[in-house]
Amino acid sequence: MKSLAELAAIREKMKDKVVLREGSAEKRIVVGMATCGIAAGARPVLNAFVAEVNEAGLAGEVTVTQTGCIGICQYEPVAEVFEGDVKTTYVKLTPEKVKEIVEKHIKGGKVVEAYTVGNVE
Amino acid sequence: MVRSHVLICGGTGCTSSGSAKLQELFAQHLEANGLAEEVKIVQTGCFGLCALGPVVIIYPEGTFYSRVEADDVEEIVKEHLLKGRLVERLVYNDTGDGVDLPKNVSVSLNETGFYKKQVRVALRNCGVINPENIDEYIGMDGYAALGKCLTEYTPEQVIQIITDSGLRGRGGGGFPTGFKWSLTARNQADQKYVVCNADEGDPGAFMDRSVLEGDPHALIEAMAIAGYAIGATQGYVYVRAEYPIAVNRLQIAIDQAREYGLLGKNIFGSGFDFDMDIRLGAGAFVCGEETALMTSIEGNRGEPRPRPPYPAVKGLFGKPTVENNVETFANIPQIILKGADWFASMGTEKSKGTKVFALGGNIEHTGLVEIPMGTTLREIIYDIGGGIPGGKQFKAAQTGGPSGGCIPASLIDTPIDYDNLTAIGCMMGSGGLIVMDEDTCMVDIAKFFLEFTVDESCGKCTPCRVGTKRLLEILDKITEGKGTLEDIDRLEELCNYIKANSLCGLGQTAPNPVLATLKFFRDEYVAHVVDKKCPAGVCKSMLQFKVNADKCIGCKLCMKNCPVNAISVTDYVAPGHKLPSVAIDTDKCIKCGVCMGNCKFGAITKE
Repeated sequence: MKSLAELAAIREKMKDKVVLREGSAEKRIVVGMATCGIAAGARPVLNAFVAEVNEAGLAGEVTVTQTGCIGICQYEPVAEVFEGDVKTTYVKLTPEKVKEIVEKHIKGGKVVEAYTVGNVE
Repeated sequence: MVRSHVLICGGTGCTSSGSAKLQELFAQHLEANGLAEEVKIVQTGCFGLCALGPVVIIYPEGTFYSRVEADDVEEIVKEHLLKGRLVERLVYNDTGDGVDLPKNVSVSLNETGFYKKQVRVALRNCGVINPENIDEYIGMDGYAALGKCLTEYTPEQVIQIITDSGLRGRGGGGFPTGFKWSLTARNQADQKYVVCNADEGDPGAFMDRSVLEGDPHALIEAMAIAGYAIGATQGYVYVRAEYPIAVNRLQIAIDQAREYGLLGKNIFGSGFDFDMDIRLGAGAFVCGEETALMTSIEGNRGEPRPRPPYPAVKGLFGKPTVENNVETFANIPQIILKGADWFASMGTEKSKGTKVFALGGNIEHTGLVEIPMGTTLREIIYDIGGGIPGGKQFKAAQTGGPSGGCIPASLIDTPIDYDNLTAIGCMMGSGGLIVMDEDTCMVDIAKFFLEFTVDESCGKCTPCRVGTKRLLEILDKITEGKGTLEDIDRLEELCNYIKANSLCGLGQTAPNPVLATLKFFRDEYVAHVVDKKCPAGVCKSMLQFKVNADKCIGCKLCMKNCPVNAISVTDYVAPGHKLPSVAIDTDKCIKCGVCMGNCKFGAITKE
């Protein structure tokens, strides 16, 4: 290591990795990972959330985690976004939809109404 | 992409309860469930709650699983990591508020009663990062303090910051660290040294080990900063060979730091050179004394030398030397990064910052805690430590190990700092805190520590070598019920003589456990010599086990278990019982207490 810049580069690279251990961030994305969810494809959805959040550089502000059965098995894969007291429930997700949700909602602050529980048949 | 981290404690406590095996099993089961890419296993240093080990924490949720065994791993992987359901039976969620949370609620580490009142400075990375990965340390702002010192501050400015912070030595005496550095800095020499005292020898103290095991890079960084401040280019860490995990991790860390150029020549292109090596000690208590430690590093028998000259003038190999202990060093990088004012804002008027204590003895949460100076003993024992097991009464706490004294229950609200402890005849020491309940005999405790110092006295000076032996003999006499009131006076006189005349800290402080117990529990000494009774029922020669014939149903369970056949059947049958009661032959009895432990009817008592 020759310079402070190199040290800073390693620090930046590692920050995203250790930030996970600081626990409860303000925004939480919770993916339903019960048997029903997994059968409907929740694993790729969960991983897509993790990847997209990291890519957007939001790992410090958003926690992505999984939960058990939410109770609406017919709509799986389901994810809930918690922002303070506000909860948005997205249903019938795919990795493509996740990309859009992270881009528009998590980053842009605008709920993607089309994928929420009230709007999906 | 990694979505979850599984932190497994790799400290000595959890390792000995099987955490290394857990790591293997987690790897296997993650692989079997196709989660190896998504979940990362991180071996960390000590979390502090050793009583509940092995400890596993899963992030991002921060779920705290305690006492995890090999058979639990598959369930954690399948339930928690795959399906997101808590393994409720393993969740630790005691918030210390007296409210029992349902087990399906997980609280984060910082919300548990054990952690809530803690402020982690020296231990901040212990249990958070993988100590064998320098990148993780750098990710937690590691080596930024060294960079800042080398590029922004002069050595004088570094010393000024440490002085302003009010940091005092965490190894025992509490000497101001900044002042120590300035004394060494002002002595000109062709070579100076930085020495880290990692020869942690107090029975029950293990905070230095935990820092070495959990955050070794913090020590390396701090020693390099000290080297820059005083003008030294070489450092030594003197650590006992009994700490194999610590030695191994420290060596890995030194190698990594060298590879990154954070040790070696021309660090950060500043022209400053610094390197360091480990020296192993054989575990002699006296080698924790600074001059004996240096003598040992030099390759000689570990014996103290007279001071002056002080190490700042003539230390290791006759050169000016700064010696600090591990915990002191662990505070340095944080002080540089966050500033002297930040550090000085914690603690009391003359004791700044935090202190790590190793809780042991009769307490629920055996382990390591770091608290701001000035926290009361009551908070440590009841709020953080979870209180005394079995609903017993708190009697006293021993601080400072064999060099310290005891704090009696009447002083439980004393704010703990250097000066308050000294004022009551105690000392901070390295931070071992042994909690004792009502069943502890204080004369026996004094005897225990004296046995330790008699064993560990290096023999160089007479007051310590012979004096401590004589002290122990008097204590033996008292605990055997053969003491007199004059013995107590002689004990006190000899204590004061040893304190005044010993060569080094070991001898000067060796009588402290006796003096402190005499000061606060003189009545117990008197009971031993006058009434020939041990009030706590510990000293065997004054004990008698007796059978209450009316309670004894004659089951003979005690008889079967007595190792010396001291119990026999009598002719007496108590009213309402069918079988004759038993009796103990006090001549044969060795007072092991097995009979009392086995009796289901409370018919055997000791008095």
